Amino acid sequence: METFAIETRELTRCFGDLVAVDHVNLKIPAGSIYGFIGPNGCGKSTTIRMLCGLLLPSDGGATVLGIDVLRDPEAIKSKIGYMTQRFSLYQDLTVRENLQFLSEIHRLPRVNRRARIQAQLERFGLQDRERQLAGTLSGGQRQRLALAAVTLHEPKLLFLDEPTSAVDPESRREFWEFLFDMVDQGTTVLVTTHFMDEAERCHLIAILDRGALVAEGSPKTLMAELPATVVEVESEVVRPVRQALIALDPVIDVAQLGSRLHVLVRPEVSQPEMFLGNVLARKELQAELRTVTPNLEDVFVMATTGRARPS
Amino acid sequence: MKRPSAARILAIARKEFFHLRRDRLTGGMVAGIPIVMTLLFGYAINNDVRHLNTAVVDEANTSTTRALIRDAAASQVVRYTKQATNVHELEQMIAAAKISTGLYIPADFEERLAQGRKPYAQLLVDDSDPTILSAARGLTALPVPTASAGKRQQTSLEVRPLYNPERRSAVFIVPGLCGVILTLTMVLFTSIAIVRERERGNLELLITTPVQSLELMIGKIIPYILIGYVQISLIVLLGLILFDVPLRGSWSDFYASAGVFVLSILTLGLLISTAAATQFQAFQMTFMTFLPQLLLSGFMFPFEGMPQAAQYLAEIFPLTHFLRIVRGVVLRDASLSMMAADIWPLFAFFAVGMAVATLRFRKRLD
Ligand SMILES: Nc1ncnc2c1ncn2[C@@H]1O[C@H](COP(=O)(O)OP(=O)(O)OP(=O)(O)O)[C@@H](O)[C@H]1O
Ligand SMILES: [Mg+2]
Repeated sequence: METFAIETRELTRCFGDLVAVDHVNLKIPAGSIYGFIGPNGCGKSTTIRMLCGLLLPSDGGATVLGIDVLRDPEAIKSKIGYMTQRFSLYQDLTVRENLQFLSEIHRLPRVNRRARIQAQLERFGLQDRERQLAGTLSGGQRQRLALAAVTLHEPKLLFLDEPTSAVDPESRREFWEFLFDMVDQGTTVLVTTHFMDEAERCHLIAILDRGALVAEGSPKTLMAELPATVVEVESEVVRPVRQALIALDPVIDVAQLGSRLHVLVRPEVSQPEMFLGNVLARKELQAELRTVTPNLEDVFVMATTGRARPS
Repeated sequence: MKRPSAARILAIARKEFFHLRRDRLTGGMVAGIPIVMTLLFGYAINNDVRHLNTAVVDEANTSTTRALIRDAAASQVVRYTKQATNVHELEQMIAAAKISTGLYIPADFEERLAQGRKPYAQLLVDDSDPTILSAARGLTALPVPTASAGKRQQTSLEVRPLYNPERRSAVFIVPGLCGVILTLTMVLFTSIAIVRERERGNLELLITTPVQSLELMIGKIIPYILIGYVQISLIVLLGLILFDVPLRGSWSDFYASAGVFVLSILTLGLLISTAAATQFQAFQMTFMTFLPQLLLSGFMFPFEGMPQAAQYLAEIFPLTHFLRIVRGVVLRDASLSMMAADIWPLFAFFAVGMAVATLRFRKRLD
């Protein structure tokens, strides 16, 4: 039987009239990297805060590492690490002082403390920065420090809220290497991101839109089972072609990539390539068309624009 | 709840020190406020009082002395509230702040009167509170009660200030200033202790750790206890060096009572910190609580001259009690046991404040 690190039941949170998280049901398997993706304000951070016991659900509930968040949020707090979206370490303390403080708050055994801090500094490439005030670190260094801080006590479950938003591609790769190391040691990671390449690295992803869970599964399955066809259109007159296509009812979305267009067509259209070609021909627009395999961004666009949006 | 961990409390305390070390402004305030305020207030303030608690020792007990005692009461400056049998007892009662003045009429009152040998009687005055002294001075104009109206009226009383005969205002002001300055600085520092973490976003991280509310509260105030001691020592030293203010009681009594006071006033800051949403709100609340304390505690205006309701309110304030204690210990050589009536309210304030702050502080964002 598979064990779940996190299970939510109709988890809901309202702020006044706004339903920030809307009856979300999740089962997050232990030992996996689970990605939360979705547009700004879709409720990713709010969901994480409820799972950490920082916000009370308005309705529904959740079990984190077998503990009910409503009944015993304090028991959860010693077992998790939460890297907040906003940098939350003390900016007027040095790198080492910050780690020292958290190691004491987590009551790491005194004998291991020094070694543990040293190991974290080295692991995250901060050994040269240990005397620098955290507030003066660069964006990427801050994020490394934050990750070092929340993994100091070796939590079983890690919540990472947009951990790589200011990180260069090279460092992001290292960052993900580190996450996979953690998972190998049995840690579960819940990560939010706006980068599709990062989402693709997750074992499972959930797409949230306006508080609701609109898609869930492994990236591969989601891409394979996308209920739409993707046609790539190449043309010298990209803008007029785009305007012609986006006006069509069966076209869900058109994204431009240089001189190419990435067109999402509803599955009802049986021969999408021919359908689009005819439309363009009638308007005397020159273009080359070919059907391609969907990528994760298509899945994202499909999931978040497929639903009726109040205008 | 699990037992609070000393290691965690110390970790928080040390962190607070780090913040202080890097915060020049606050660091400057630690020494700056006591120095500036002591110098500013060093020379000031006199006031009017009525109904001073008084005891009488009438060793003559003649019709004239009884009339004198009645006349003194009729002036409304004094009010007889305690019994005493000799001068020594009067002095003891004044030192313990049971009475503010003592009317002493010697056995040879009539003889002195007949021979015109002044003073005929004495009013012993607790001049550790300047407002009492000035009120008592009004009584020196009280004439000797006499049957023959034609005879030239003579005054009968001599005021004998017990603690500050030269009436140097700094001697009155500086001990009280310890309390006033600490009330301002301690609350100012701790009122932002938690709001600042909230505003800077540190709280979201901190409350996701297993730290307990009580550990956080205690750890937050520890550095300020030390700072409070630094400030109070600075004020007393300045008083001693610049204004020649004596410390008549014992240093240990003084520091012990200061410690209790600092604890109580720090919890007031913590309470504000759990209630305020922003640092600016915390500042506003600090001044909202500081002003009534300054006005009603007996530092600016005579306590005994205030309406009953104001007096009851003022009894809640730590500053009110500390003013009484510090005047007693510094100027009247009172011991702590003599000041017990003002020490337990400080403890009570600390205990209740700490409990409320700890319970109010939720490890949640909503
Ligand atoms: N304390 C609050 N009071 C009122 N509204 C809130 C509060 N916190 C969040 N919200 C609202 O709830 C919604 C979800 O916010 P949340 O921070 O969870 O979004 P998110 O998915 O993390 O977005 P982003 O990708 O921008 O970080 C937003 O519309 C936000 O404005
Ligand atoms: Mg967010």
